[in-house]
Amino acid sequence: MADKVEGVAETAPGMPQLDFSTFPNQIFWLCVTLVVLYLILSRVALPRIATVLSERHGAIQRDLDKAEEMKRSAVEAENTYNKALADARAKANDIVNEAKVEMQKDLDKAIAKADLEIAAKAAESEKAISAIKDSAVQSVEEVANATANNIVDAILPEAADTKTIKAAVAARLKG
Amino acid sequence: MAKEEAGNGLVFHPMDQFQIKTLFGDGPVHWYSFTNVTLWMGLTLLAIFALLVLGTSRRAMIPNRIQSVGELAYGFIYRMIEDVAGKDGVRYFPHIMTLFMFIVFSNFLGLLPMAFTTTSHIAVTGVLAMGVFLSVTILGFAKHGLGFLSVFWISSAPLPLRPILALIEVISYFVRPLSHSIRLAGNMMAGHAVIKVFAAFAAVLAISPFAIVAITAIYALEVLVAFIQAYVFAILTCVYLKDALHPHH
Repeated sequence: MADKVEGVAETAPGMPQLDFSTFPNQIFWLCVTLVVLYLILSRVALPRIATVLSERHGAIQRDLDKAEEMKRSAVEAENTYNKALADARAKANDIVNEAKVEMQKDLDKAIAKADLEIAAKAAESEKAISAIKDSAVQSVEEVANATANNIVDAILPEAADTKTIKAAVAARLKG
Repeated sequence: MAKEEAGNGLVFHPMDQFQIKTLFGDGPVHWYSFTNVTLWMGLTLLAIFALLVLGTSRRAMIPNRIQSVGELAYGFIYRMIEDVAGKDGVRYFPHIMTLFMFIVFSNFLGLLPMAFTTTSHIAVTGVLAMGVFLSVTILGFAKHGLGFLSVFWISSAPLPLRPILALIEVISYFVRPLSHSIRLAGNMMAGHAVIKVFAAFAAVLAISPFAIVAITAIYALEVLVAFIQAYVFAILTCVYLKDALHPHH
């Protein structure tokens, strides 16, 4: 920077900006610079930065999408779990109800059967009782006849008429 | 460098820093001469190359610091074009990015001590602004034909006012490259010149503490201005581009 140009500088007083003799030089180098700069930027720098930015944007978007997807699948899994739980509960209730109905049916059948048996047994017993009753009545008649015969025999042996006694006893038993 | 003790007072040379010199030999400045303009434009190129090409060479999913800054610059300009010029302005993203990166790096490199600020020269900013002006105008006529002239005809204004407004619009349209270029060069030149003036005062013992504090403060301001002027240049380019793409108000 230690140029010995002080003598030269004295020849350009005032504003160096208005020294038109330097304009071609400035304009030439400015054009060179701008063209080179434009080529560097438009061919290399800007496309590269654009790619980096869009890649980053894409990566962030992808991650966000993935997170959203995961969240959705988690919610789905929860829903499935809840549904399975509800299904299982409903099924259990159904089974319980079915079992109840079945048991009621069996119970009803058993009760009906028992009723029938009871009725049959009661009828049988009644028959037996009536048979016993009949036989008892007959026995009474027989005993009465025999007793009457014996009594008549003892009192009036000649007047012993079995048929008459029998009729009299029957009449007496009926009355 | 810009200060000389001459006789009884201080002699300032705040403009010496803007001198254009050949770097090899003392010859006159030809259009092809290798000058300090060439050097600092080359350094600008290298710096941008380092940031946007070398910095992003890993193409990392998780960027390091340099790559983050590069991506930040990319996103900043991209969004600005989208917001100001609309979706179809994005086609011209490389062009506006070129302008913005060149200006912002020239401004910042110019803030290095002993540096030369290429954007402080009206020749440079004038070419940039004329380039924007011409391409935007050509683009407007190529896209809309004579319909591009409706940019001067403000249909939302009351009819009697429209010719007057059209005149004002035409004048302001042609002043655009002037204001566009002088705003940048003027800001750069003024800031650097003021720093140089305070640097000369720093040699005077009585006021040197004040001068050094002032240099620090103005330097901080200039850092801000360096970015803001590049941003303003780029956003105005987007506004002009919007006029070319959508001339109907």
